[in-house]
Amino acid sequence: MIGLPLVYVLAGLMFTAFAAMSAGDKANPKRWGNAAFWGLFALSFLFGDRFGDLGNGFLVVALALLAGTGRLGVGQPATTTGEERAEMAQRFGLKLFLPALLIPVIVLAGTFAFKALTWNGQHVVDPKQATLVSLAIAAVVAAILAQRLFKQPASAPLQEGRRLMDLVGWAALLPQMLAALGAVFALAGVGQTIGDITLAITPIDSRLAVVVAYCLGMAIFTVMMGNAFAAFPVMTAGIGLPLVIGRFGGDPAVVCAIGMLSGFCGTLLTPLAANFNLVPAALLQLSNRYAVIQAQAPTAVLMLLINMVLMYVLAFR
Amino acid sequence: MLPLIGVGVIVLGFALRFNPLLVVVCAAMASGLAAGLGPLEVLAAFGKAFNQNRYVSIVWVILPAIGVLERSGLQERARTAVRAMKAATAGRILVVYLLARQLTAALGLISIAGHAQTVRPLVAPMAEAAAENQGDLDDATRDKVKAMSAGTDNVGVFFGEDVFMAIGSILLIVGFLDQNGLVVEPLHLSVWAIPTAICAFLVHGARLLLFDRKLSRRRTKA
Repeated sequence: MIGLPLVYVLAGLMFTAFAAMSAGDKANPKRWGNAAFWGLFALSFLFGDRFGDLGNGFLVVALALLAGTGRLGVGQPATTTGEERAEMAQRFGLKLFLPALLIPVIVLAGTFAFKALTWNGQHVVDPKQATLVSLAIAAVVAAILAQRLFKQPASAPLQEGRRLMDLVGWAALLPQMLAALGAVFALAGVGQTIGDITLAITPIDSRLAVVVAYCLGMAIFTVMMGNAFAAFPVMTAGIGLPLVIGRFGGDPAVVCAIGMLSGFCGTLLTPLAANFNLVPAALLQLSNRYAVIQAQAPTAVLMLLINMVLMYVLAFR
Repeated sequence: MLPLIGVGVIVLGFALRFNPLLVVVCAAMASGLAAGLGPLEVLAAFGKAFNQNRYVSIVWVILPAIGVLERSGLQERARTAVRAMKAATAGRILVVYLLARQLTAALGLISIAGHAQTVRPLVAPMAEAAAENQGDLDDATRDKVKAMSAGTDNVGVFFGEDVFMAIGSILLIVGFLDQNGLVVEPLHLSVWAIPTAICAFLVHGARLLLFDRKLSRRRTKA
């Protein structure tokens, strides 16, 4: 069955190539740092399951030290100039959108098809991983198609991939690191502690107060944990179920649906939701790391208030 | 109380703009030690979770495709398309993207777009080109247009996906309520995500149009 392990091999090979190309990039004074960083990441994808927990722990520390001591530079692979790009944009026209649009089409088709596709009664692709497998296939197909269609050198996909990867830099690893931090926080009982504190300071004598406390608690907890999924069980067990639903008779479907969405307002505000908030800032080369959060903040705050109103109005009909 | 020290490390580390990877490792160590684990135990727990969460970083395999397209002029082509449309403004383009992202997310189609797949190669350059039509762009405003493009993608996904009843967060709620003896249909939960979804479109859409007015006012000043 094709599943995540094969996708990890693909990612591992890609990062191995990034590491090798970085090592040979004399235009980057920090080339060995880049080579080591992407090389270690490649090792994690290729052999992570064989390193053991402690081995992986040391690998993560090595990655963090490389990034934290400023060993990462930005590689300068040869690419096309602005004029060349403008000329090709004119020459290739709408064809340029074809590979870009093919990516979502393949992801979509694959996600549905792989769930149904069986051979001798067995799934060919792990149905739980259908989306990620489809994404990997789409990535490979689109890269090859674009390279052929626009007559780019054979090295272009990997060199251009490395160029973008270096722009993102250490931020590329942050979402995975934060997911791991969440696991350690869970082990240390951080969530439970925050839940207990919130419960202790929540006024329980009015319907409005518990609604506000629940929505605000979801948002604040999410800001601190980086993830509404971590906040939801703690806050709902602490305030949502016993007070909003139990004591004041709120409709569970309304309370939980809007409670979760209040958590999402927190996600828009926190650097800990790195894949949504910090990675795009790196990807778009913004000078302020927190620019995306700042752009979202007014929407997030207004939506939190609106969620409180909606819950108050809709949950107690 | 003591394990909360990790949260403090995160807040302080991020606020002082230390390298986030180092901050995260330190936060894990601080909370783990405070909870009575040994340093190697914390390191092993962290390493294990890092290895289990590798799928989070799979999204980067898309970069070679996006890179070749950029090299071949995709961003320039997207800009040209916008310049040809007289009615195109940065705000209007982003409102259309917001609506499209919310509607597709409501159908469960989350991974068809995103920061690497659509925002960097298409949406941000289009919004930028439209903003250039609206008036001269200084670097700070250019960054704001780009940041707004990324933010619009996030708002669209977050306030669209819960309308789809088989999405992770809805299933989490169903499972949680079931454990607590309450039976709620996924459909009911997703229906009650609709009012928030509509409000999010109105609120963020209005902000985008206000942003547009600010961009256009720059030209009348100049």
